[in-house]
Amino acid sequence: MTALRRLFFFLVGLFLALPLIVVAGVSVNQKQTLAFPPQGFSLSWYGEIFTNSEWRNALIASVTLAALSAALALLVALPLAWFLWRRVAPWANIFRLLGVAPFTLPPVITALGLLTFWATTGFYGQPWTAVISHAIFFVTLPLVTLSLGFSAIDRSLVEAAATMGADDRTIFRTVVMPLILPYVVSGYAFAFVLSLNEYIVAYMTVGFTMETLPIKIFNALRYGYTPTMASVTVLFLAIAAVVFGLVARFGDLPKLLGAMAEDK
Amino acid sequence: MSGLNLEHVTKQFGTFTAVNDVSLSVPDGTFVCLLGPSGCGKTTLMRMIAGLDLPTRGSINLAGHDITEVPTHKRELGMVFQSLALFPHLTVGENIAYSLRIRGVGKEEQKKRVDELLAMIHLPGFADRSVSKLSGGQRQRVAIARALAISPKLFLLDEPLSALDAKLREAMQVELRQLQQRLGITTIVVTHDQREAMTMADTVVVMNGGEIRQAAPPVEIYRRPADSFVADFIGQTNLIPFSADNAGRATVLGEMVEGLSIPQGAKGTLSVRPEDVQLTAPGHGVIAGTVSFIRDLGGAIETFVEAGGQQIVAVSSPRNRPEVTVGQSVGIRLDPETSVVLAK
Amino acid sequence: MRREPPQRLADYGPLFFPAGMLTVFFVVPFATMIAVSFFQREQGGFYQPAFVLDNYARFLSLFFGRVLGFSLMLAIAVAIACVVIGIPFTYLLSRTARKVQILWLVALLSILSLSEVMIGFAWSTLFSRTAGLTNLFVWLGLMAQPQALTPSFGAVMTAMTYQAFPYTVLVLYPALVRLDPTLTEAARTLGASPVKAFFTVVVPALRNTILATLIMVFIFALGSYLLPQLLGRPQHWTLSVLITDQAIYQSNMPFAAAMAVFLVLVTLGLVGLALYAGRQKEAA
Repeated sequence: MTALRRLFFFLVGLFLALPLIVVAGVSVNQKQTLAFPPQGFSLSWYGEIFTNSEWRNALIASVTLAALSAALALLVALPLAWFLWRRVAPWANIFRLLGVAPFTLPPVITALGLLTFWATTGFYGQPWTAVISHAIFFVTLPLVTLSLGFSAIDRSLVEAAATMGADDRTIFRTVVMPLILPYVVSGYAFAFVLSLNEYIVAYMTVGFTMETLPIKIFNALRYGYTPTMASVTVLFLAIAAVVFGLVARFGDLPKLLGAMAEDK
Repeated sequence: MSGLNLEHVTKQFGTFTAVNDVSLSVPDGTFVCLLGPSGCGKTTLMRMIAGLDLPTRGSINLAGHDITEVPTHKRELGMVFQSLALFPHLTVGENIAYSLRIRGVGKEEQKKRVDELLAMIHLPGFADRSVSKLSGGQRQRVAIARALAISPKLFLLDEPLSALDAKLREAMQVELRQLQQRLGITTIVVTHDQREAMTMADTVVVMNGGEIRQAAPPVEIYRRPADSFVADFIGQTNLIPFSADNAGRATVLGEMVEGLSIPQGAKGTLSVRPEDVQLTAPGHGVIAGTVSFIRDLGGAIETFVEAGGQQIVAVSSPRNRPEVTVGQSVGIRLDPETSVVLAK
Repeated sequence: MRREPPQRLADYGPLFFPAGMLTVFFVVPFATMIAVSFFQREQGGFYQPAFVLDNYARFLSLFFGRVLGFSLMLAIAVAIACVVIGIPFTYLLSRTARKVQILWLVALLSILSLSEVMIGFAWSTLFSRTAGLTNLFVWLGLMAQPQALTPSFGAVMTAMTYQAFPYTVLVLYPALVRLDPTLTEAARTLGASPVKAFFTVVVPALRNTILATLIMVFIFALGSYLLPQLLGRPQHWTLSVLITDQAIYQSNMPFAAAMAVFLVLVTLGLVGLALYAGRQKEAA
């Protein structure tokens, strides 16, 4: 049984890793070919991301977009999750539903909705519209982690603070916020990483005026492959692994994931 | 008017009445235990005193002020929660200093007060420890110290000792009572443990079904229970039906018992504590029964007697071990002094 | 602090910003899209406010029917493949040491978050003639010549399974983690082999979870829009691709919107079904 299980895990692992191994191999080719096994060894394609102005601009655009939209998503999700936890207001769950919907529906729908909206309002193509679009698209992630975080707070802690003389605002500052902080961080991390990788919403809203890295790769694919795409893929995979690794290191990842699916 | 006064306090959750028309007066400096089985409304009553729940009807007065609608944080309370509710993100010292910190008390004074309180709970030097590193009894003490940091007007404890093991619990009961007497602070404890209530309280308030069944000093509750619920809930008792004739003579389990002061023609129940049941030889004027089981607990001997279709328990100390065996016929003598007549 | 309904206007304060944002930037765009789906298209990529059903009428064409049929078939195939591999995998994962679990979860999350563009690129490289899998087969002596495996249906299917697999595991994970381990232990003491215990105890106990997961993965696969383009031929294009194509390249917003509305309806119907299955699970 153990041998069988190991074999099964190995095969699944191989399936998941194979394309990434090839991509990693391709990314260290000496010449501009997509050969595997790599011919020669060079890290110049990683350097290319930062030295080539097109790739660098795309990277800066992606990171900026991810950082801002994840922050905005958090600003939407935090008060909403707090309100739903703090008050008895069953009708307000409609907003929880609205927060979860963009992520549950096929992404092309949210993308098209935002495209028609920005086109109708005349803001189509403005870089800041991508920030709002991504924030709405990914608000689900901080909303779910924060709802989980709030439900994990023992209400007697809050009551204890009240008996000791703390008003609502003081309780939020001295008790709720410190306890919710890990969930704030993981909610931001999830939204950040997914925004970094997102293609269709960004493409439909600002695809013709701004190039994020996924858009840049897609556009470049049409003119032929370069190892830079491979190095960018490896870089993004590494970022995701580091971020989720940190979330796992400082938070309870199994618990976080246990409730994520539950809420949907 | 000083002290804490509850007037006709009622709390309904939907159609369920958790607390029903409760009136209670707690003089300054007294120790009151709210005692009753789970679901009797004692915790809800305490939460209303703390302002954590609002009464549906009725009013709550503290030191002459109506505090019914005053928010919790303005009531100047100290409360110990069943879960203790120590803040996991703060150290022992920060937990204790919390109510001082949010009132803007200076750092130096906070530290001085924390050290005082830590000394009081016999945990000096624990200020920088993490609360998760403490034992159950230590956490308990920290929760008490935290609640007393501002010298509150009212000290509330909700099942404070329920998480501790039996030995530690008994020790903490004594300690808590001594602390309360030293500070002279008005204290209310919710508990379902009658030993705890008897150990600590000036006044025991027995509750059931959202109502107060009896509020009296512990010994009176034990000796003079107001009804069969209180008699049965506090300690062990024998509840024995009786009837009285027109001359006021009582018949208990088929035998006339002399000396009970019973209204003419009444029916009802007698409450007789097991230690007040005397076993004698069968004969005239005593209730006839048969020994069905003997439980020798070492420190006490319980003799179970079948009499008139009912089981009656007698407890005696090893010195006065009754000379009986299972199956033997015995007589039961009830002392009018210690037999409490409960109204039907 | 009492938890009670909001009383004063200020109590609603925290709700203003989130409710406003979600309404203006999700509800309104959604409504705009629905409105546009009834608009009249004009030459040159513009459209006029109107109320016409032309855009929906176009669904009735044979071409559209084929695309829809293919999209649904592909999504179903991907969902089944993912769930068939995902259930035993997640089951075994939930029974390994916590550290191993966390390692796998981090890996799965990283792949799940990987851009579809990058997954498409990775698989097209793996299936390419120059850097692909076939080179390995040549080296092993299984093939004479390396060859390209794309574009093909198999390539689309493989990559979409790859994309949806981490999602499947993460959807199944909570249910399987919570599954009482004594259930299978009881089956084992009654004489069932581990494999037999898995099929006679775990699978039936999770019937509704499996159904709900199939639907969730199906919806997820329905949203794939780049992989069919990058790895397939035009006949492998899905509804998502077609919507993007109509909106961006054909500049036919009303038709794209009508297709999107249709896709929403299909999705909502299925989410409803998933919720219903979930409720049955609770009742059981």
